[in-house]
Amino acid sequence: MKKIFEIPLYPYARSTDQDAPEAIRHRVVIVGAGPIGLAAAIDLAQQGIEAIVLDDNDKVSFGSRAICFAKRTLEIADRLGCGQPMVDKGVVWNLGKVFFGDRKVYDFNLLPEDGHKRPAFINLQQYYFEEYLVNRAHALQAQGAPIEIRGRNKVTAVEQHDDHTTLHIDTPDGPYQIEADWLIACDGAGSPIRSMLGLDFVGRVFEDNFLIADVVMDADFPTERWFWFDPPFNQGQSALLHKQPDGVWRIDLQLGWDIDKEHEKKPENVIPRLKAMLGEDVKFDLEWVSIYTFQCRRMEKFRHNRVLFAGDSAHQVSPFGARGANSGLQDTDNLIWKLKLVIDGQAAETLLDSYDTERVHGAQENIMNSSRSTDFITPKSDTSRLFRDAVLDLSEHHAFARPLVNSGRLSLPCTYDGSPLNTADALDGPARTRPGSACPDVMLGGDSLLSALGNGFTLLTLNADAPDTLDEAGITVPRLALSSDDAALRDRYLGAADSAVYLIRPDQHVAARWPRFDEAETRAAIRRAIGKE
Amino acid sequence: MPLILTPNIDTPDDFYADLLATHDGLSKADSDALNARLILILANHIGDRDVLHQALVAAKGTPPAA
Repeated sequence: MKKIFEIPLYPYARSTDQDAPEAIRHRVVIVGAGPIGLAAAIDLAQQGIEAIVLDDNDKVSFGSRAICFAKRTLEIADRLGCGQPMVDKGVVWNLGKVFFGDRKVYDFNLLPEDGHKRPAFINLQQYYFEEYLVNRAHALQAQGAPIEIRGRNKVTAVEQHDDHTTLHIDTPDGPYQIEADWLIACDGAGSPIRSMLGLDFVGRVFEDNFLIADVVMDADFPTERWFWFDPPFNQGQSALLHKQPDGVWRIDLQLGWDIDKEHEKKPENVIPRLKAMLGEDVKFDLEWVSIYTFQCRRMEKFRHNRVLFAGDSAHQVSPFGARGANSGLQDTDNLIWKLKLVIDGQAAETLLDSYDTERVHGAQENIMNSSRSTDFITPKSDTSRLFRDAVLDLSEHHAFARPLVNSGRLSLPCTYDGSPLNTADALDGPARTRPGSACPDVMLGGDSLLSALGNGFTLLTLNADAPDTLDEAGITVPRLALSSDDAALRDRYLGAADSAVYLIRPDQHVAARWPRFDEAETRAAIRRAIGKE
Repeated sequence: MPLILTPNIDTPDDFYADLLATHDGLSKADSDALNARLILILANHIGDRDVLHQALVAAKGTPPAA
């Protein structure tokens, strides 16, 4: 049976654009049909905005690649209409073990908070996520939504103009050109668009190599994340074992800097390493092997006039902590509602500068967390190794040391503190829902708060009066009225307050909050949240 | 809370002797590892990030920021 990543899901088909005498202009063109590009296109198309996705390939990504998807990503995927298949297929996990040398030093349980629709994390091969996104895009297209994925369309050159970008595209039928009002580059860490525009991508390269192997096996290993520091089977280095669907296991082995990558990737060299780790008797098949080097870097700016960068093309982090695909989804979640308002003429182009401000802030946070994890996993000096080993030694007997063990801080959504779109906090409420925060979910009977929010602005009222809808600056803001008989709702949105009114952005981040409804303040906050104040 | 930099240990000679005795017979590597564990244990006991920051600055030999 063919694997999903071997089947062309969006095979090349000739477009009428290729027969047009002049380049056809499109609203939004997205380069790259990875998870980030597809999410951007779906988000646009389901709100009625034309999105053309170009990819030089016609299949989902080869090998498992990103495997750990955080709750926030699942919530965003829910809004895009493909959260359920991800959760149905994915492996939910909460338990883990940490090993140091030849011994287990401790177990952990992530103890996910109750009252959320989605689990804290699932493990799922990136190719499944991409398949669900492609399916969703095709379903939208079948319903008449303006979305199209063009396989084997390779962008060879771009020309930036004041109000559009011209793209030169190569296909099996030869070259053609199109124009884009807006171009979103989701073409990965090696972004050809970024190179064609001569833009920077600076940061820190970590001098280390990691071997990733996807191994298919029937083994008794539990559904846990196992992380080894300096194990006997990979001395002086680290190792990770994590379960994915279909009996596939992700194995990550640190190799060090001074290695021959081609040599290490050969099955005859990989298999003995895996046997030393898994035991001689365990039967397994290698599905995918790759060697990668850590980089933590980002572009200085993610917006370059009419070209916007999202995902790995804009920022790259080490994989420990699952901050690559997860942060890329937060990029498009942040970008698309703003772009829609600009395209619809409801906001000025300068609103897109807040995409830059907010997501550069997010990228900085991810790079900081990911660099810290990398410094712990691969100490760069004798002193740093001394403290690292001291933490691990102490963690076996003393709980205090366990929070210092850093094998990857798992991705949480970034809070946009200090964003120009925020209105100053006027509620004596919980810190986790201060302006700039992603709304934490709460179960409301059969449904959840986040599912009730939809794609636009919402005025959430708790024990407070407000009009059913409010129109301001061309934006209609419906009210969602709740009363605080639910402990989780109180805990997450009221804290010590008796009542609260929240203005929630289309990306489910809090723009403003007050103890009660005040029309003038609410109108001002709406204008501010769309960059008009 | 300001970092205490005035005498605060009862019977300082006894503490100092204890500190040296703990390292007795250890190799340089084992002593270094012990010191690292000791720093982490003491840091956790203090807990207060501001005090810890002042201690790091004091140890580095520059006066703590006012």
